[in-house]
Amino acid sequence: MPIHTGRDIHALDVAQGDASVDRTSIYVYEAPLRAWHWINALALTILAVTGYFIGQPLPSVPGEASDASLMVAIREIHFITAYVLAIGWLVRIYWAFVGNPHSRQLFKLPFWRKSYWNGVVWEASWYAFLRKEPKKYVGHNPLAQFVMFTVFTVGMFFMIITGFALYSEGAGIDSWQYALFGWVFDIFPNSQAVHTWHRLGMWIFVTYVIVHVYAAVREDILSRQSMISTMISGERMFKDNRDD
Amino acid sequence: MSGTQETFYDVMRRQGISRRGFLKFCALTSASLGLGASFAPRIAEALETKPRIPVIWLHGLECTCCTESFIRSAHPLVKDVVLSMISLDYDDTIMAAAGHQAEAILEEVRTTHKGRYVLAVEGNPPLKDGGIYCMPGGRPFVDTLKDMAADAQAVIAWGSCASWGCVQAARPNPTQATPVDKVVTGTPVLKVPGCPPIAEVMTGVLTYMLTFDRLPEVDRQGRPKMFYSQRIHDKCYRRPHFDAGQFVEKFDDENARKGYCLYKMGCKGPTTYNACSTVGWNTGTSFPIQSGHGCLGCSEHDFWDKGPFYQRLTSLEPVAAESTADSVGGTLAAVAGGAVAAHGAISIAKRGLEKRRAGTGSRGGESGDAE
Ligand code: HEM
Ligand code: SF4
Ligand code: SF4
Repeated sequence: MPIHTGRDIHALDVAQGDASVDRTSIYVYEAPLRAWHWINALALTILAVTGYFIGQPLPSVPGEASDASLMVAIREIHFITAYVLAIGWLVRIYWAFVGNPHSRQLFKLPFWRKSYWNGVVWEASWYAFLRKEPKKYVGHNPLAQFVMFTVFTVGMFFMIITGFALYSEGAGIDSWQYALFGWVFDIFPNSQAVHTWHRLGMWIFVTYVIVHVYAAVREDILSRQSMISTMISGERMFKDNRDD
Repeated sequence: MSGTQETFYDVMRRQGISRRGFLKFCALTSASLGLGASFAPRIAEALETKPRIPVIWLHGLECTCCTESFIRSAHPLVKDVVLSMISLDYDDTIMAAAGHQAEAILEEVRTTHKGRYVLAVEGNPPLKDGGIYCMPGGRPFVDTLKDMAADAQAVIAWGSCASWGCVQAARPNPTQATPVDKVVTGTPVLKVPGCPPIAEVMTGVLTYMLTFDRLPEVDRQGRPKMFYSQRIHDKCYRRPHFDAGQFVEKFDDENARKGYCLYKMGCKGPTTYNACSTVGWNTGTSFPIQSGHGCLGCSEHDFWDKGPFYQRLTSLEPVAAESTADSVGGTLAAVAGGAVAAHGAISIAKRGLEKRRAGTGSRGGESGDAE
């Protein structure tokens, strides 16, 4: 790793003995993808909170029914946010086609590639404290990719599909929502089951977020590359230039 | 018996019903079918000119609640329907014939009205052990059903038993009770679910078939759209309380007296397609929610397994019948939270240890330098 001494730094207050190292950084997350990430995170949070209270409503509101609209409000926020989430997801899928190669990782699981599974096992051993040092990745590490694909990506499709199917019940059987998502009721003829699975989906996402946030913070500190700042600036910064 | 060419109107008049009464019935039926006043004359014309539909009414595994409901329909009065509108050639609950004499009618109708009669089925066939758990006339019901369905113009699956399986098909379904449409192939099956279905819905369906000579338009599940295209919740008179967020919290609380929404008491109105909240029961006298009790979802697929009846969050069956999404999901999230906390603590401890071993205060990013 090249080391620059104070002379090369060109800062006004540089002191004797100051030194800096070169760090490689790669532009991995393009702007639309980053915007989607944070919008999606916010939408998910709102959906989980409103969704929770749709199934387990708050204590009753006193007074005249015509003076209150708590359930309407909670459900309306859920639905508006759901549209944001769903449209965002469509944009994200579009971006997988036009964006850089890393933008496609979320939708891929190299199931038949042995080296990929070796990578998953290796990464798991890092999480099991069996390794001194992790490997470097520009995109997601293989274990992260596994969880993202099987939980997040599949989960997003599941929530959007079941969500719109539920929505079509209110919109009516003549609605486009029913035309597009009514097939869900061929699988679950009783929509009570769709409610139940949609709700379990919320808990899966809550669990996912706990693990995702923890892993991002931990990797930010312990791994050899930046994490959180990357989703803000788009730059993946490597903390060292050594080989794996 | 069978073979009559009399029309509905002939029979009605013979029974002393006035033309005025007849037209009133046509108008009411037209309204209940959602067709509007202009259709009343068409119904009248059909009933005046068309021969009655021969109907065979079979009973499989069931409790006879559909028949009980049917004979309590208000308009058209059931005696008019049973005796006039359709020619109910066989119904082992209410026909006079019995034994071999009755069973012979089945064969007779099957040959004389081939492709014309309607097969109404109450209950369903159990398939286990060759169908021996339901043997009317000493024959597995499933066989009679298949034979009679083969030559019918249409099959009406009365009630939740015939449509979905109902209680006898509830987990673990010991006799393998099976909905009619899973057994009958080649003949259209119309589902009229409910436990029982509402009488006016049943007669409405029959009137439609007689008037228009075809099955009513059905939804994706095979139910007539005019009665099953909206949920109880969509037309419930307590809906304003739902929208406001005003719920009965306990069956004996003040909110129950005020008639608030029964959602928290497990009302299945939001997931139940039926006409109770519009047509009502017993001549429109009331329906469960109006009496302060939530909807059980009796017209829905496997509603016995979608309990508890008195909880909003229901069973996660078939995966975990005794659990809800919140008990399973909440546990999952709590375990994940605990695991993350423990993992984090170990990570911090390990890093501290490594730093101490290295003997320097090396910066965070370089902690991996020990390689
Ligand atoms: C990942 C994002 C989402 C989460 C976490 C989420 C969460 C929830 C939860 C927990 C419920 C309550 C279920 C119950 O107990 O009955 C619910 C209901 C519902 N959600 Fe979502 N949801 C999400 C996405 C969507 C989407 C994309 C739509 C599409 C429009 C949607 C539409 C609905 C509808 C229509 C209901 C039923 C509302 C009612 O019964 O009044 N959801 N959601
Ligand atoms: S009582 Fe039942 S059907 Fe009526 S508004 Fe409440 S939840 Fe819906
Ligand atoms: S209110 Fe619900 S449970 Fe009661 S009869 Fe109607 S559909 Fe069945």
